[in-house]
Amino acid sequence: MADKILNKLYIKVWRQNSPKEKGRFETYEIEDISQGSSFLEMLDILNDKLIRDGKDPIAFDHDCREGICGMCSLYINGRAHGPDREITTCQLHMRKFNEGDTITIEPWRAGSFPVIKDLIVDRTAFEQIQHAGGFVSVNTGGIPDGNAIPIGYDDAEEAMDAASCIGCGACVATCKNSSAMLFVAAKVSQLAKLPQGKVEAKRRARNMVAKMDELGFGGCTNTGACELECPKSISISHIARLNREYLTAKFSE
Amino acid sequence: MSKGSFLSASIGRKFFMSITGLFLITFIIVHMSINLLLIFDDSGDLFNIAANFMATNPLIKVMEPVLALGFLVHIVWSVGITIQNMRARPVGYNKAIQSVNSTWASRNMFILGGLVLVFLGLHLFNFWWKIKIVGDPLLEHITVMQGGIPTEMENAYLLVSTLFKESIVYCLIYIAGGILLGLHVTHGFWSAFQTIGLNNQIWRKRFYVLANIIGWIFAIGFSVIPLYFMIKF
Repeated sequence: MADKILNKLYIKVWRQNSPKEKGRFETYEIEDISQGSSFLEMLDILNDKLIRDGKDPIAFDHDCREGICGMCSLYINGRAHGPDREITTCQLHMRKFNEGDTITIEPWRAGSFPVIKDLIVDRTAFEQIQHAGGFVSVNTGGIPDGNAIPIGYDDAEEAMDAASCIGCGACVATCKNSSAMLFVAAKVSQLAKLPQGKVEAKRRARNMVAKMDELGFGGCTNTGACELECPKSISISHIARLNREYLTAKFSE
Repeated sequence: MSKGSFLSASIGRKFFMSITGLFLITFIIVHMSINLLLIFDDSGDLFNIAANFMATNPLIKVMEPVLALGFLVHIVWSVGITIQNMRARPVGYNKAIQSVNSTWASRNMFILGGLVLVFLGLHLFNFWWKIKIVGDPLLEHITVMQGGIPTEMENAYLLVSTLFKESIVYCLIYIAGGILLGLHVTHGFWSAFQTIGLNNQIWRKRFYVLANIIGWIFAIGFSVIPLYFMIKF
């Protein structure tokens, strides 16, 4: 069955030329959008129209368009990655919208994620947190047989769940405090649950939290919003583990 | 342990919020249990004996300044944390729908706590101020038979019951205070365990349920007292 066509939509979008310049909302009309198209395709169509009209196209982040790279962001109609669960923006489809809707699109809002242009924000703060400790620096020798180190099923699963974080920043964007705790917790957890990573778990938690604070992210107040807006459904129980690792690290200093 | 950095670190600050919060919950359990005696004996003897016991108990005397410190840390830290959290998002969203991913209480702990603080101020003025500092004619000493021994004590029951019997407004304020505190605790209790790291996938559900139970007990437990006086007298 052919997809329904949305005859008219109003796209209210944040336009900002540079990090220093003051931004503003602009509303564009767009016609004949198939409900079968993805949200980013709709933006491509809108940009095509803007270019043909001699206007500056809307700058937005995107890369793989299959939900694994974490590049696409966008706060759509009041929610990170738009009105659906467990998806990135590239996995959002126009069937979630109705005829005549006004769709509000904003960039991630956090002091630590400054706007570069329009809807693109600078997420290098996440890289900086990773550089502070999100790695294994113990000598692990040559390549061992994958099965030589026994790891319990539950631990392996939990580590893998944490490792599914794509660093998109939806947790920060959706958190009322712009807290990066879910991201940091996932990065700490994915290593803390495994033998090679466990060795440096305390140091890692301490350094990554210190970097997170230094970069100006807010504190976690356990609202749980991040978990529900996370495209990978990373559990806030990882945050409890991060707190545990951090506190034991601090108390053993 | 480098204390300076722990005190200013995000998790360090929250750690103090959690332990003071849990400490205040234990106080409230004791406080509410004694208050409930108000509705089980209209002569007031039961409540007066309990109040007298609390006022003269050396353990309680020692705990009083600790309790005050607990309140102080919990309140002062909350202001610091809230300011820090607000600074983290200098430009807000034009449109944000948060009701789909979090509870109202969890997002408004500072407002709920602030309202509880306003109530606390009024509450201290109503009772603590009169009992401990300035005195009140209603508090005139009475003699109560305690375990067969006549004991002289303040008539705290008369002070409390008079307030509720004479003013519907105060009754409503006290009911609101109980409900606000209950709401605050529905998020605060489980959140405290999350922050001190004593949480995981299994315990999370248990803490949620426990937090709701304790919140409801506080809300109902404190509201039922003014309601009782409103209905019966």
